[in-house]
Amino acid sequence: MSEMRTPLSRVRGLGSAKKGTEHFWLQRVTALANIPLAVFFVSAMVAHAGADYLTVTAFLSRPIVALVMLLLILSMVWHMRLGLQVVIEDYIHGHTAKLLALILNTFFALAVGTASVLAILKLTL
Amino acid sequence: MVEIALPKNSRVQKGIVHKADKKLEKPRTLKIYRWDPEDPANPRMDTYEIDAADCGPMLLDALIKIKNEIDPTLTFRRSCREGICGSCAMNIDGQNTLACTKGLDETKGKITVRPLPHMPVIKDLVPDLTNLYAQYQSIEPWLKTDTPQPQSEWKQSREDREKLDGLYECILCACCSTSCPSYWWNSDKYLGPAVLLQAYRWLIDSRDEATGERLDDLEDPFRVYRCHTIMNCAKACPKGLSPAKAISEIKKMMVTREV
Repeated sequence: MSEMRTPLSRVRGLGSAKKGTEHFWLQRVTALANIPLAVFFVSAMVAHAGADYLTVTAFLSRPIVALVMLLLILSMVWHMRLGLQVVIEDYIHGHTAKLLALILNTFFALAVGTASVLAILKLTL
Repeated sequence: MVEIALPKNSRVQKGIVHKADKKLEKPRTLKIYRWDPEDPANPRMDTYEIDAADCGPMLLDALIKIKNEIDPTLTFRRSCREGICGSCAMNIDGQNTLACTKGLDETKGKITVRPLPHMPVIKDLVPDLTNLYAQYQSIEPWLKTDTPQPQSEWKQSREDREKLDGLYECILCACCSTSCPSYWWNSDKYLGPAVLLQAYRWLIDSRDEATGERLDDLEDPFRVYRCHTIMNCAKACPKGLSPAKAISEIKKMMVTREV
């Protein structure tokens, strides 16, 4: 019976995972990277508001623009995965449900990331 | 998943109204959470009318007056009545604080008094803090050294002693931890602001020789990193301390040894 465990035994549980700092640090680093990248992306989109398809694709296929776009995708998707992971860990408490949500989170981020990268590469190459 | 609604037997119901039987000079009304483990009934909010003109200045005085003169079954913890023991921590008008340092004149209208949020209730305003105390024990809140004990005291420079200011004043009343949503959702693993402030008090103590082991034990996605700088802790602290700052200092220490 778990009721008979001492409070200290319950609190110590399986011990410390001895990690977490890397997650914390990367979330901040990607957040920092997202600032200039997002500013570039939003201003580029605003500048091209109303432009036709050919102009926009030509702009996106310029190597330097494509490079920044790829960096933006990588940084954003990475940041999204880390952030959603925290939300899942905060609110989903069932072990199986949590595990499943964490795996789906990774799959989702990878799918969104690769699809976006593919789109940029298709325009560029 | 997080439970949004209370279980049926925990829903708070309208309680008994204890009206004053004479005209009061300075009438004040208190609505107080009541629950008795020996009574199968749901918790309820009882109403009491007291005369503030014939009562001490603090909310604790009002509670003691009610217990002495109106309803001896009202149960709450209290001891020092001067903000140093931390016993009378409770939720007053939606804010966790100490009943003994909360002036009646700081409140307006009806005063609502509940136990500290999201803790199991033992009776009325008495929460079960067993888990929090075990968490406090788990951070080993004592000086740990390998160097043989000196003949006199462990020396500490004035500057190093000053680093403990804003930490040593903590009275472990649990106002901060029980105001923290992260602690509400994950108190089984997250240590919470009160215990983390205490952990930092030992991490930053220049005389302690176990800083690295202490950081090892804390470095965990749940034990420390559930803190999302919500800052309710700093707002709630009746001693004006900032557990949020202490936690961010712990995070800084962890990043420093890694990056």
